[in-house]
Amino acid sequence: MELTRYITVGQYLPRSSPLHNLDPRTKILATTALMVTLFLIPSFAGLGLLAAGLLALLALGQIPLGYALRGLRPIAVLLLLTVFLNTFFGGGDAGRTLFQAGPLVATEEGFRRALFVGLRFILLVTAATLLTFVTSPVELTDGLEWLLHPFRRVGVPAHELAMMMSIALRFIPTLLEETEKIMKAQMARGAEFGQGSILRRARAFVPVLVPLLISAFRRSEELALAMEARCYRGGEGRTRMKELRWRTADLVAGACVIAVSTVLVRLR
Amino acid sequence: MSEPLIEVTDLRYVYHSDTPQAVVALDGLSFSVEPGEYLGIVGGNGSGKSTLAKHLNALLLPASGTVRVGGLDTRDRAAIWEIRRRVGMIFQNPDNQLVATVVEEDVAFGPENLGLPPAMIRERVGEALAAVGMTEFRRRAPHLLSGGQKQRVAIAGILAMRPACLVLDEATTMLDPAGRAEVLETLAVLNRRDGVTIMLISHAMEDLADAGRIIAMDRGRIVLDGPAARVMARADEIPGGRLGAPQMAKLARWLREDGLRLPEGAHTVEALADAVAAAAGLGTQGDV
Repeated sequence: MELTRYITVGQYLPRSSPLHNLDPRTKILATTALMVTLFLIPSFAGLGLLAAGLLALLALGQIPLGYALRGLRPIAVLLLLTVFLNTFFGGGDAGRTLFQAGPLVATEEGFRRALFVGLRFILLVTAATLLTFVTSPVELTDGLEWLLHPFRRVGVPAHELAMMMSIALRFIPTLLEETEKIMKAQMARGAEFGQGSILRRARAFVPVLVPLLISAFRRSEELALAMEARCYRGGEGRTRMKELRWRTADLVAGACVIAVSTVLVRLR
Repeated sequence: MSEPLIEVTDLRYVYHSDTPQAVVALDGLSFSVEPGEYLGIVGGNGSGKSTLAKHLNALLLPASGTVRVGGLDTRDRAAIWEIRRRVGMIFQNPDNQLVATVVEEDVAFGPENLGLPPAMIRERVGEALAAVGMTEFRRRAPHLLSGGQKQRVAIAGILAMRPACLVLDEATTMLDPAGRAEVLETLAVLNRRDGVTIMLISHAMEDLADAGRIIAMDRGRIVLDGPAARVMARADEIPGGRLGAPQMAKLARWLREDGLRLPEGAHTVEALADAVAAAAGLGTQGDV
């Protein structure tokens, strides 16, 4: 099992595409705008166009389609559940009956809704992963820190939150690798994963999680020491190698997103 | 004579002091480090070498005695950041000291903390990566690098702060032989070419082949301090065991005991071979 290959959410793919070169603030704001738009789009046509748009953006960002789709795998169960529930319970009493399974009635309206919600869900996740594919975590946190800065007055620790997120993203691959190593070590001692009831499978993970947590705490201690040794003392007086700078491209990208959102929300 | 870079005077440190579990980790150490030196510190588990390292940049403060870095006392709260900038520290596990997900952003972390202007940070990152030979990896993700490469990135991250001295606390221990050789080579070049002062702390004498001077520690005390060749030749006297002299130093001593006249200080295969050839070629005593 190669966990690092399986989980692509939150992974940055270093390239030098126009998307990568945009200011992170533009990308964060644009992604947020697109996500809000997703919930306001009333029609399949709108979703379809947005899907086409996202595909175009993936191509522009030089992200392999297969790689992006792999990001959907961890949410497959949730997706199926959503579709299932909506098919049988989402339509209400109205609409033509498609088929009946015992007490469960699938209506046409329900099925339509299920597809709609399912598609919206997929697009939502794709938009979010696209952001992380084309924005390095450091840029992402720099952008977030800047966007959160006005809220410092009401007690939002902008720098601390940003730093926490950046470190979390940095350690995802390291901890995945370690999980894999521990699982293999436990398997060599006769542990079985992915067999038996859900309860049993969950229990099989205890001997993986305990060492993983212990090691994560030890890592955090060492990392804190290393950061202090590198003169880290919070956000005060810190500068950045990569300054955030609005360029013409950001203006154009922002305008595009606003225009597209306005059209999609009205498309019937 | 210029002022020493680091001056440790009668340093004592006790873990869990005032409790029954009190452990004396450092018991009256005194030594100094001159600019441009390549100093090796060797000792077994519990000899206090890591505790000593943490005193050099004020991560730990002395229970008694003083540690001075370029004249600054580590107990002076106001000087702490200047001391940490001057004495750069590299730790054992390369994964646990890299903060960023892109190599160049990690190298920039130190200078960013110092509050330098962006253009200067960029310049220093470029220089530091070039100095450790990692320029072509600047856009890579650190978790995809080998152990030796990660450790070189960590060294670059320290160099970018323009320290006066690099302290490596068991920085080669977790690496495979190739990675270890890679890091040692980088250090040797930095010391010789750029005059960077290096303090390499290790439990393995083999790692210290490039050091000009070696301090051997045991139970919080210095047991030997002198030119590398002399300390290596006396490696077996260092208590604490498991500090075998490098194979070449051992071989040289055996040959010397057999009557071959060999100079001290040849502890790489090439150097010893040359020395033996010279001794044999001159037809000195012995039957090589």
